[in-house]
Parts: sequence; structure tokens; C-alpha cells
Amino acid sequence: MNPNLTRLRRTMMFLNAQKPSLIKDPYIYKPDSIMLDLEDAVAENQKDAARYSLYHALKEIDYHGVERVVRINGLETAHWKEDIRVCVAGRCDSIRISKCESAADVHAVETEMEKAEEEFGVEKGSILIMAALESTKGIMHTYEICTASPLLFGVALSGGDYTKDLQTKITGTGVELAGARQQMIIAARAAGKQCFDTVFTNLDDMEGFRKECEMIKAMGFDGKSIVNPRQIAITHEVFTPTQKEIDFAEKVVKEVDEKKAQGIGVFTVNGKMIDIAFYPGAKRTIEMAKAAGVYEGDL
Amino acid sequence: MEVTSTAMAGTLESSDCQVTVEPGTGIDLSIDSSVINQFGKAIKKTVLETLDRLDVKDAKVTVVDKGALDCTIKARVEGAVFRASGYSEDEICSGKKLPWGGAIR
Amino acid sequence: MINAVGRDIPEEIIKATGMQPFKGSFARNGEEYKKAAPTVRPRIDPTESKLVDSIADVLKKCGIRDGMTLSFHHHFRNGDKVVNMVMEEVHKMGIKDITICASSLGSAHAPLVPMMEDGTITNIQSSGVRGAIGEAISNGKLKGLAIMRSHGGRVRAIESGDVHIDIAFIGAPTCDEYGNMRANGGKSDCGVLSYAYVDAQYADKVVAVTDTLVPFPNLPASISQVNVDYVVEVDEIGDPAKIATGAAKPTTDVRKLMMAKYTTDVVVNTPWFKNGFVYQTGVGGASIASTKYLGEIMRERGIKMGLGLGGIAGPMCNLLEEGLIEKLVDTQDFDLTAIHSVATNPNHFEITGSEYANPMNKGAYVNRLDYVILASLEVDVNFNCNVVVGSDGVISGAQGGHPDTAAGAKCTIVITPLLQGRIPAICDECTAITTPGETVDIVVTDYGIAINPRRQDLIDCLKKTKLPIYKIEELRDMAYAITGKPEKVQFGDRVVGVIESRDGTIMDVVRQIKPYEWD
Repeated sequence: MNPNLTRLRRTMMFLNAQKPSLIKDPYIYKPDSIMLDLEDAVAENQKDAARYSLYHALKEIDYHGVERVVRINGLETAHWKEDIRVCVAGRCDSIRISKCESAADVHAVETEMEKAEEEFGVEKGSILIMAALESTKGIMHTYEICTASPLLFGVALSGGDYTKDLQTKITGTGVELAGARQQMIIAARAAGKQCFDTVFTNLDDMEGFRKECEMIKAMGFDGKSIVNPRQIAITHEVFTPTQKEIDFAEKVVKEVDEKKAQGIGVFTVNGKMIDIAFYPGAKRTIEMAKAAGVYEGDL
Repeated sequence: MEVTSTAMAGTLESSDCQVTVEPGTGIDLSIDSSVINQFGKAIKKTVLETLDRLDVKDAKVTVVDKGALDCTIKARVEGAVFRASGYSEDEICSGKKLPWGGAIR
Repeated sequence: MINAVGRDIPEEIIKATGMQPFKGSFARNGEEYKKAAPTVRPRIDPTESKLVDSIADVLKKCGIRDGMTLSFHHHFRNGDKVVNMVMEEVHKMGIKDITICASSLGSAHAPLVPMMEDGTITNIQSSGVRGAIGEAISNGKLKGLAIMRSHGGRVRAIESGDVHIDIAFIGAPTCDEYGNMRANGGKSDCGVLSYAYVDAQYADKVVAVTDTLVPFPNLPASISQVNVDYVVEVDEIGDPAKIATGAAKPTTDVRKLMMAKYTTDVVVNTPWFKNGFVYQTGVGGASIASTKYLGEIMRERGIKMGLGLGGIAGPMCNLLEEGLIEKLVDTQDFDLTAIHSVATNPNHFEITGSEYANPMNKGAYVNRLDYVILASLEVDVNFNCNVVVGSDGVISGAQGGHPDTAAGAKCTIVITPLLQGRIPAICDECTAITTPGETVDIVVTDYGIAINPRRQDLIDCLKKTKLPIYKIEELRDMAYAITGKPEKVQFGDRVVGVIESRDGTIMDVVRQIKPYEWD
């Protein structure tokens, strides 16, 4: 299994692939992933220029381990096939499908990726896929999309387009996105995939941004698409286990390992009744803490 | 590649460079750069190498650089050359495949 | 001759200026000297008036002639109108060969360029020059040499007689008819007149230029009547909008915020961060943001700053108001908050340029600094800094108090983004050196920080922190890996400027620029 399928993705930061000043060193902000955009950020008459820029960025800039996702143009456009060729030739880490609505869309992208992998001698399956859900149909088909490919690591909500399709708009209350978020996270978890929330564009409302992060964290999301490095610190704060959570998880893992050997099923940690059902969650907390670079224990 | 029309790629924003390619005889290169003192020779080398990889023998090339890194300079030269040589986005989308990893590298 | 920072100082410049090559930041410690003195025309007759109708008249009264040295201050920053006003009259009179000795010159002074070209002005001595004057000097348009001095170094040069001022023109926001000058209460308030104080003491003739004549006595005076020969009232001495701005909007640039955080983390993790610490900072986005972070930690830990000094902006005044700073001593005001504060807060004091930074008095305030936060265009792998010459080889900055505070502070922190476009700020060799690396302790970049290996004590206390600490060579390598290794700027042969060390020796020279040669 490609280990990147489950890597830590608290922040996925959009960058216009055509803007040299943005793509030259975004890693210093330490996002988990960058999303080099060939789609909406790039004007229609610069689609070709963005690809040359993307190719050399992928080949020549050391992004210091930050995941390089490329958002390609929608399957309804003429651009997406060449987009896939440049992604594969440049060996990005993942491709984000815009406006994905069905398993067939995922398969269409997979097919083009395979052709390109063949053409450029790139190992099959080394580049992953994620799908952006931007329509009511896409949301309705989340589970089928999530299970369409073993290379697909997760789905992301694109709130702007989705609300248009829903015939409403972003209100700031979250009510218009509530159904989509719930449906997505349930389907994604059922399929064993990651799930990412939409962007928050008001950079002057950092409190509102934090509240939204806290809400989607509570809902089960893995992370958030972001539009500015200012949003990284808050997102990481929300999505990184606290020292208290890490300490508890560490005790749970150690106790379960020990008690299992002694044949004991239920015991207490910090006065709380614990059984084997807590084990996967605790393990996940430790793994997240490790990935986020905040774990200092010996597990 | 044969430069058959005039085309431009890139912008005059900081860290970018704007490259204009026109039909010409031999390589006629002019470079203006905000970092000419530090990187004049490096920019010239990158531009000439990129033109050479693209097999451009005849063209007037004008570079206005605002401190672009090598990867950007290459991308802008390629952008202008392909646009000037019959690889518009329409032509690319109708199946004229770009030589990623070949002449573009 | 190679000086103590490794720069080659041409013999002909040593000969022409009579200055010695730089021998080390503290080489002249304890060296005795006799101060210069002005020629004074006393005014015993109480019926004589000091008021003069115009700049032209006052120039005549002062005996203006070819070859004189005229001095100016820069408290009006880019809103200054005094320099141009005076020089226009000098120009009209056909006077030649003037030396301008200013505490600094900026882009407001572009009208001086034609006067450099026609020989009205042949020498310039200033903290630095920006804009058109810098370009003109770097293009060889000044007949003599430009001498760049730090704020402390300028006071030293005047007091020691290295430069003798014939006439000092002092723009005064308010002045009475007997010459008492203040920096508040007028139309062009600048808060303090610190850098003009030495001019008033050492110039043969001192002229107050004001647009707000107030009733006698104008007290408390920054510059006293006892040193003033004449008072001229004019329409406008400055453009208030360019003298001081409103409170700067705090930066939201994450790179600057990262550097601010690193800077504050250095300060609070070193031993001088305790009650009564003495601190100076700048007005760049990162410096201002680091003041805010510092305030938060001072509040949290109950630590108070004993003294803040130097050029002052709003954020430091706010901490003073809040009681987190005990006292401020001020040599320049950068915004309206600072101007208001120095006029109203009893714990906010105006000090003179000598008190601030003169290395050859009996102890300047900079010597008491625990921390100074500075910026730099370039820092080389020996921690030498350049704040005067731009990457195009053109003189475009000013020494200010950079070398003075660096030499004085226990912990000198220099902030610079690793890359300015494609130009690496951390490099093998600076284009010019203004501040010797032996006085620079920590460089903070957006990619990480480097500690001067001379400061093992700082390395020891910071290695326990989570700060991203690198060797300075590693920061340079990171930069070069992105940009490529830069070529050195190609200069012509002629020396057009001298970067004077604060002690009066030659730190570096600046040569004329020339068109780029490809081969």
C-alpha cells in the first residue's frame, strides 16, 4: 500500500501554479500539503503557461516533504488530459479531480494517468488521487467515488460551487453546508478514506475560521483546504492532538498491550473505564502526534 | 522548433519574467533584469540552453526579468516559444502533445 | 590596505581623507582627544533682533561663500522642505563647492541632484542617501566624496572637528523670536530635535527655520537660544503627511510574523530578559510584530522593560502607556503616536544624538542596551552587515544607528528575509560593509536563525529552545540552493563614497557603478 494514502493532511494550501512568487518556497510555512492549481486560479488564456511553470516547479523545487497535489481542470474542459500528462511527467504526489461527480469520473482520470505513466515510465500507482465534490450530484455519490479506486485517498468539499448548485450561498452560519459535510464524512469513513473541508475565504475573520476548524474537527474531518498561510497555525492547532490527549492515548495503548497479555478486558485509565474499543483511536492519536512532530514518547 | 509568429509568456511581477519571442534570423537575445548584477550570466545561460533544447535556431528573444528563479525562466521561454511555434492551447488540447521530459526538462 | 573587516581600502583614499582603515570596533576605547569649538559672535546688546526676513537674507548675514559646510537634520524625514529651500537660494546666489553635512538625506531631496552636477554641491556627508541623490552619487556625479556616517559617528565627527559646520539650518516645528526651538506644537511636528543638537553646539552660525513662530519663551526648548544666531519664518518647513504617518497596520505577512516570533523567542530565552532590561527596536513589519509578541510575554511573566531607546514608534509608546516600559529615551519619532507621547508622557524623554550613540563621549545610551533589533540588506558569513548599498551597487540606504547600537548591545539581533526576490540576503561577501560582524550576534531569517560562533553563551542558552538554529553557512547554502550563487556587483574604479566607521576610521569604500558586462 502506498503509505501516502493515509498521511497527515491537516492543511492543504491552494497556490496558483502560474505564480512564481507563490510556488517558490511555500514549504517554509509548513503546510501538510500544497495544491498547485491549474484550474480556477489560472486564467483561461494562461492554461498552457501554467503547465510549463508547474512542470519545472515539480522537477526543480525541493518542497521539503510537503505533499504536492495538483488540481487539474474539470473533465468537462479541453485542458484536463494534458494536465494529467504534465502531472505524471513531473511526478507530482497526487492529482485532485475538480467537479468529480461519479466513479466514472475517477476511472476516466485513472485511465489517462495510466497512459501517461506508461508514456513517461512512471511507476503505476505511485501518484494518488483525490476528488473534489462540488455539486449536489457529487455529494450524493460520495461513497461510490470513495470506493472507485484504491489510489483515491480522500474527498474534499468545494463549498462555493456546491452551494450554487444547491441554489443557495455561503452564509457564514454553515447551515447550507451541514448536509453535505455530514454525508461526505459518513461516506468517506465508511469507505476508509480521508475527508477535507472547503476553504474559508474571509482572512479578516480568524475567530470564525477557528470555530469552523473546531466544528469540522468535531464532525470527523481530517483537515481543511486553505487559501493563505495565515490559516496554517490555527488549523494545525485544532487538528493536532493536545499533550493531554497524547498522554491519555499513550496510557491506553500501553495498558491495553499489557492487560491483553494478562487476559484482562476492562480496566481504568485516569479514572475512566477503558476497553479494547479505545485502542484504535488511541493508536491513531499517537500516529497523528508523531506525524505532526509533537510526540516525544517511546511508542 | 520554428518560430512562426510573435508570442509572449510571463508577467512583470516580482519573481517572474516576461519573455517575448519573434521570428528572426539566428538567436537575437536581449535581457533586462532587476538582478542583472548577480545573475546576468546565469539568466543568459538558462535562456540559451532552453532555446537549444527546444531546437530554436532563429528567433528574436526579449527577456524582462524581475528576479525569476531558473525554473520560472525556463517555463517562460518554453511558454513563449511553444505559443510562437504552433502549440497554442487549442492545438495542445486537440492532441498536439508536448514533449514533457524531452525538449521540456 | 586591508582593514579589520577584510575590506581593501585604497591608499589614495587614506591619503586624500587622512582617515585610518578600520581597526576593530573598540580600538579607540580610552583614546583621549580635544573637542573642537565653534566661533561665536556674541550678542550682548539686548536690543538686537534675531529675526531675519528670508533665507536669502540670512545666508548673506551668515557670510555664505564658496566652499562652506552647511548642515541639516532629518527629523522631517521625507517631508523635509528645509534642505531644498536653503539650497535653492544658495544655488541662485551662484555659490559653489558646498559640503552638505546632514544627519540624513532622502528621496525628498532629489532637487539637489542638478546642484551636484553644476558644482554647487561637491561633497555630501550623511547617514545615507536614498533615491535620486544615491543614484547620482553612485553614477559619479559628485565631484568630491560622499561620506556615510552612523548617527553616533556624525556627532563624533563634529565634536572632534573632523567636520566643521559653517552654518547650521535647523528646521523647528515651533520657535520663538530669540531662537528657542521645540519639536511640538506647530504645523510640522516631528517630536524631537535630537540630531540637530550637536549642530547647534558646534556650528559657527546657527539658523532656526520655522513655520510657526510662537511667543517667547518657547519652553522646554530642545535647542536653546544661547546657540542660535538667527530666526527665519517661512511658509512651510515640512509636509506633515510625510513626516509622520498614523499607526501602521500590523503586518499579516506570515514570513514577517515568523521572523518576529523567532526574534521574540531569542529575547525571552536569553539571560538579560528580566526586570529593567534595556531594548531598542526598529519600525519594519517584523520588528513591530516582535514588539507585540514581546509585550504579551512581558505581561504573562510580569517582566517590565526599564528603558526603551532610539527611534520610537507607536507600539513602544503603547507599552509605555500600559506601564510595561518604565522609560523611553527618544532620538526620532516615526509616527503620530510617538510624537504625541514624547510631548505628553512624563516618562518619555528626548535625548541628543550624542547621548544616544556617540562612541567618543563618556558613555552613550547604546552602551547600556541589552537588546537591539535591527534589519539588514545583506549579512555575510562573518556576520558583517550592509545597510547602505543596494544589490544593484547603488547607494540606497543609511547607516542610521545600526553600527552604534550593534556595538553597544549585549545581544544584537538582525532580521532579514533569506531571499529578497532572487537576491540572497545571507551571502559569502556583502556588497559593502557598514556594521562589523564582531558586533552582530544573531541573524533571524524566515528559514531559521544563526548565532555568531563568537557568542558561545547565546548558543548555549538557545540550543534548549525549539528555535530552528543553523550555522550561518547553512543559511547561505539554503539561499544559494534556491537562487544559484550570485556574482559580485561589477563596479568601476573610481571611489565615490566612504562608509565611515562610528569611530572615524574607514569601514569600506563605495565605487562608481558601471554598465553590466556580459563577458
